[in-house]
Amino acid sequence: MNGALRKMWAVFKRELGGYFLTPVAYVFIVIFLLLCGVFTFSESMGGFFERGQADLRTFFGFHPWLYLFLVPAVSMRLWAEERKQGTLELLMTLPIPLWAAVAGKFMAAWVFCGIALVLTFPMVITVNYLGDPDNGIILAAYLGSWLMAGGFLAIGSLVSALTRNQVIAFVGTVVACLGFLLAGFGPVTEVLNSWAPQTLIDAITGFSFFTRFDSISKGVIDLRDLLFFATLILVCLFGTAVMVDAKKAG
Amino acid sequence: MIEINGLVKRFGALTAVNGVSFSVKRGEVLGFLGPNGAGKSTTMKMLTGYLLPTAGRAVVCGHDVEQEPIAVKEKIGYLPEGAPAYPDMTPWEFLNFIAQVRGVERKRRRSRIEEVASMVHLEGVMRQTIETLSKGYKRRVGLAQAILHDPEVLVMDEPTDGLDPNQKFEVRALIQRMSPTKAIVLSTHILEEVEAVCTRAIIIDRGRVVADGTPSELCARSRLHHAVRMTFKIGSVDVGLVRADLQRLGGVDSVEVNPNDRGRVSMIVYPKDRASIASEVGAQARARGWPVEELQVELGRLDEVFRTITAPGSLDAQEVRS
Repeated sequence: MNGALRKMWAVFKRELGGYFLTPVAYVFIVIFLLLCGVFTFSESMGGFFERGQADLRTFFGFHPWLYLFLVPAVSMRLWAEERKQGTLELLMTLPIPLWAAVAGKFMAAWVFCGIALVLTFPMVITVNYLGDPDNGIILAAYLGSWLMAGGFLAIGSLVSALTRNQVIAFVGTVVACLGFLLAGFGPVTEVLNSWAPQTLIDAITGFSFFTRFDSISKGVIDLRDLLFFATLILVCLFGTAVMVDAKKAG
Repeated sequence: MIEINGLVKRFGALTAVNGVSFSVKRGEVLGFLGPNGAGKSTTMKMLTGYLLPTAGRAVVCGHDVEQEPIAVKEKIGYLPEGAPAYPDMTPWEFLNFIAQVRGVERKRRRSRIEEVASMVHLEGVMRQTIETLSKGYKRRVGLAQAILHDPEVLVMDEPTDGLDPNQKFEVRALIQRMSPTKAIVLSTHILEEVEAVCTRAIIIDRGRVVADGTPSELCARSRLHHAVRMTFKIGSVDVGLVRADLQRLGGVDSVEVNPNDRGRVSMIVYPKDRASIASEVGAQARARGWPVEELQVELGRLDEVFRTITAPGSLDAQEVRS
């Protein structure tokens, strides 16, 4: 067990280091920070100043949409690239349990997103300078945002395991994540309301990232929301392991 | 150390490996030969635990590959086909990663990496990203990765592919130096390599083992084995007469004449049943006073054996198998 954790740690370090060996990491972080700022402060979109409130609701409100395009860019390489480079064969013939490789790579991507998220700290400083926000809520919202990024990444990991083509992995992940987002998006639920039975609507909105994230970003940490993201991540990672194993030959 | 029994791999309707069995002991270097697509790489992938066999068993150092894959992978050093490595990393970073996964102790890591790097002559490029390296260096990074933990079993898929003749020589020398303490399996389609480093060779064709023996045993199956090659100056003998004389000898099966072999007349005298006929032919030459320039006994050529057994539709395949 100890050995397996040590190997997972090695995979994690290699993967996380891998992001910073290419320009991908820097481009990602710069774009993420830039868009965060633009969306939050622009008058027509976030209206941070116009609202006159010392909180980060507008900042976090745009995270689901940012993640929709940025997280797949991080997750697309997870397995597709290994397969393309032929290093999958190398990795799978090293004495690493499959789960350790899957978890190690996922954790690296997740921590990378965490780093990008932490770098938005000037936002927190700004609101604290301008007013007197509830920092507990802000912390909860950061946690929720990171969990949501984990959900997106886990989906991306699964899609990446299905193909050797990173572009397909990217597009597939965007579509899958869009499904999870739209499940709880107002206009979509309205359309469903007109014909679908209530239980079906409840089931669909239950899978929505929006609803889950919305309550966490208000500072309400519900065990069910945490369980939702944890389950989603575990199920997707299990699926990743199954697909990596099944598609080795092809 | 390696026991493979009735290994079968099917991909859908295609049977890539069809009942391969062999074993390799410590100190042996097994050469895996066969045309492209014969099932060499697939067999190696099953041996190293990358692919699961459809049927059959592979046991490495007492561990079943299917039951205890991690234990097997710990014992094996593996160079996959094409020597894959992470292109964005430097050899140093890459080998350090492998050392961590392979459980090389932290304080021994640096010295071990340096030791292996000097064994395969990577010292000069350790801080350069792998994608910028030449094919030969990339191959050596792959080799370094495979031998880093000093494995008991070493499996290499085309270890010298893409190397220049000097590098090939060095890699072969390295394999020979390591061979007494390890069981080594390597695939190749360079036949001279088999004769240079392998203690045993297996020829595999369409998923089946069609020949298994030491390189010299395989050579003995050649039609050329014990054949006698004679050369004469052009015009110095009556070729027809010599040929007729030779064909009258009891042990001779047939005589092949090449009237202009690089400025010489050459004759290859094939024996019946690959028996030795050198003394018989030599005595005849002396008795008749032929102006023989060179007389040479052939040991047989591996490439000829290889072609005979693996050529499409070859009947010999069945015969050699028995």
